[in-house]
Amino acid sequence: MGSLDQQTLPAALKARGVSRRQFVKFCSTMVATLALPPRYLGAVVKAMESARRPVLVWLEFQDCAGNSESMLRTSNPTVTEFVLDLLSWEYHETIMAGAGKQAEAALERVVREHKGEYIAVVEGAIPTADDGVYCTIAGRTALEIARHVCSSAAASIAVGACAWDGGLVRANPNPTGAVGLQEAVPGIKVVNLGGCPHNPANTAAVLVHYLTFHEMPALDQYNRPLFAYGNIIHDQCERRAHYDAGRYVEEWGDEGHRKGWCLYKMGCKGPEATFNCPVVRWNDGTSWPVKSGHGCIACASHRFWDNKSPFYKRLPQVPGFGVDVTAEKIGWVALGAMAGAAAAQAIGSTIRKKVRPPEASEGPTKPSSSPEA
Amino acid sequence: MARIVVDPVTRIEGHLRIEAQVEGGAIADAWSSGTMFRGIELILRGRDPREAWIWAQRICGVCTMVHALTSVNAVEDALGIEVPDNARLVRNIIAATQTVQDHVVHFYHLHALDWVDLVSALQADPVKTSQLAQSISDWPKSNPKYFKGIQERVKALVESRQLSLFGAGYWGHPAYHLPPEANLMAVAHYIEALAFQKDFIRIHAVLGGKNPHLQTFLVGGMATSLDPNEPGATINPERIDFLLQTAKSALEFVDQVYIPDVLAVAGFYRDWFGRGEGLGNFMSYGAYPQGSIKNPSRFFLQQGIILNRDLSKVYPLDPANITEYVTHSWYDYAGGDAAAKHPSQGETSPRYAGPKPPYEFLDVDKKYSWLKAPRYQDKPMEVGPLARLLVAYASGHEEVKSLVNGTLAKLNAPPAALFSTLGRVAARALETRLLASHLVEWIQALSNNLASGDLRIHNGEKWDPRTWPRSARGFGFFEAPRGSLGHWVEIEDAAIKNYQAVVPSTWNAGPRDGHGQRGAYEAALLKTPVADPERPLEILRTIHSFDPCLACAVHVVDARGHTYARATAAAG
Repeated sequence: MGSLDQQTLPAALKARGVSRRQFVKFCSTMVATLALPPRYLGAVVKAMESARRPVLVWLEFQDCAGNSESMLRTSNPTVTEFVLDLLSWEYHETIMAGAGKQAEAALERVVREHKGEYIAVVEGAIPTADDGVYCTIAGRTALEIARHVCSSAAASIAVGACAWDGGLVRANPNPTGAVGLQEAVPGIKVVNLGGCPHNPANTAAVLVHYLTFHEMPALDQYNRPLFAYGNIIHDQCERRAHYDAGRYVEEWGDEGHRKGWCLYKMGCKGPEATFNCPVVRWNDGTSWPVKSGHGCIACASHRFWDNKSPFYKRLPQVPGFGVDVTAEKIGWVALGAMAGAAAAQAIGSTIRKKVRPPEASEGPTKPSSSPEA
Repeated sequence: MARIVVDPVTRIEGHLRIEAQVEGGAIADAWSSGTMFRGIELILRGRDPREAWIWAQRICGVCTMVHALTSVNAVEDALGIEVPDNARLVRNIIAATQTVQDHVVHFYHLHALDWVDLVSALQADPVKTSQLAQSISDWPKSNPKYFKGIQERVKALVESRQLSLFGAGYWGHPAYHLPPEANLMAVAHYIEALAFQKDFIRIHAVLGGKNPHLQTFLVGGMATSLDPNEPGATINPERIDFLLQTAKSALEFVDQVYIPDVLAVAGFYRDWFGRGEGLGNFMSYGAYPQGSIKNPSRFFLQQGIILNRDLSKVYPLDPANITEYVTHSWYDYAGGDAAAKHPSQGETSPRYAGPKPPYEFLDVDKKYSWLKAPRYQDKPMEVGPLARLLVAYASGHEEVKSLVNGTLAKLNAPPAALFSTLGRVAARALETRLLASHLVEWIQALSNNLASGDLRIHNGEKWDPRTWPRSARGFGFFEAPRGSLGHWVEIEDAAIKNYQAVVPSTWNAGPRDGHGQRGAYEAALLKTPVADPERPLEILRTIHSFDPCLACAVHVVDARGHTYARATAAAG
């Protein structure tokens, strides 16, 4: 394609028929998702207006394409669609026009011509057993491709549980020696967006944050953005008042179930899961699993497949009625007190001060239920 | 003679590689290879059968929920559980929604660019485009200003010299035949369909909590409580209203955009009604129970087998006739790789025997895929929308007959035209029409139950594992968007002892069997012309017409508890 001209976001938006009003509305949604104080709206709008179009590539390894599909359902539809397009999304197997050698050439060109500048999104686990033969693309192993592409990226974003920590593919007995991106390619800058799948509203917000501040948002010790993973689901749950009042679903379809009572006794993992799922919700903010009648499976928690199952077994030793479960009590170590309404402010100030918690490639809880690869 | 490799085959789910031998400008032979393996069934062992669906659903995130549904079907079969009528209806609604959404996304976002030249749309006259669009449909957006706007967007994209997802397309390829106006119309609808799929799938968010990977299935029913007077119930009159409105708008989109577009595109590519035929054997498990799941004869879409393109006869289906070969797959059978085994008696030890990566070509004379080769009575079968439609057509399904005959008349084509690349495209569109209209009916039926006070959504008699027999076996089946899906489960001491899935794309994308018989993709590619071996657009057309889903297709079966052996990479 010759030289890759870069076009500013507003110009590109205008060319695509997006009004300034729609654009500002989009920016304010992003500010809210990122839990930034409202006065940051101006900064986001300004930053977005001067943003250049970074190149993005989306790699798929041992995946189900659920994170790609989730991205297609992004909840700030028209504008987000165009913003994503405006990122110059140059490689993504599930939806790109080119195939075979033309597709691979596009990827190579990005690595060559945009070294250190592009964003690499990774979906799916990476098999490490037996020299990586369990996943090859164009005759090369996923491991080789991940090393090659992600080590030359400005930043990498692991979307979904599998790319974060190996996810289901890594669940016991981990037949293929699957791991997440940060283990497969140590030493690179990774933002992990756990969840099964990732919530595209959060992913869009991370990309906007990157465009605005030229760095990734504040992360926790799992390299997950605090704005999305800093709060306990139970504390944000619309059924919480029923828990506090001792009103539980006892059987599927009973009166309590029909009235929207608490699902704790049906195995809900909300009290020990962190995610902004109840607030951001899914599919244009339409619903989330608990609202639709089923317990949370803690899909955004570390190694949740092994650590949080069986999913219908009720959590032991959850404190009694009206007692808040704090982050410390469930073994999730946060930046000070992060529970409740204080969280948004804390995250905002974290971003403002650009204080970044110490990075660690592995989380604090070392999983023991399955063998390491 | 030239060997063409397409790897990755993009605009599909998963990792598929096609190698083809080209002689005299056409494909003389072809090999289909799945290049990714996860081993999900092994991971399922020892877990609570009631949550198997949560795990199995992750086999695929594109046809999300089909493995969840088939999994609960299998466990319910093993434990002898019948679900309440409301659960049946909610499952039908969720499944039909999935298929409608999946088919629309397939046509516009995964397949259309094989027929539509994006760059050619720049040459279109928006006024003429509008006339073309209005001549085939009443869709209200089709005015010159609208198409002019779309054209400006494409122009801005092309002039930026960063074509994003469209950068590596085969634009200008001699096999593209649409006039610029038809290309512009299709590009406009590509963009509209992106918005459609996102809005329409909110049905899943209401009934499943989210999409992809819904979270409201239960062994015994659904977690979607219903109550006419409770705002906290998942299903109440307000939500019914939302579901109905959303389903009706889908029907409008299908009638006014999708079907007319398919007919318009097909009109310019009539050659492709004579290409990509493939096996001529078709199978459908049947889907959408209208009463008990034990009674497939009353399913909305029929069960059966068609052999050798003979629509005068539909053979009954017996799952006992299903076997799998590993002769050309990267697995070992202890008793030798020449013979096939029934899934419930099968065994699988993955053993990679391909070239050491990075490699240029596979050794296609030996083993060359992570997919097994399933067969029915030792015959390869095509599954998917075309197979379902043909089985229903040949079984006398009145609605299907009228849809198919009407469409063939419009295209001035004989029924034999259906055995083709475009036949698959047309069948998918017609099935979408069929299911979108019945979606409305199923929602209405749910509403009627709600009004009549039938609020049962879950049969909890066997929820407690202490009520289960010590051991049990079950078979669950469904027709996923891409075809016949079966899950086999064996339960012992309230845990999964064995689990296995034989899925649609294994039937279609599988390699050769012990007799050297080609799989459906391999057979369909034969004789396909290839104008430019460097840009094998024609291969994509036929492969995409099947709507490949490779993550689904690769699996592990080890029903007899054989020790798992890790693959060893062969050198060279």
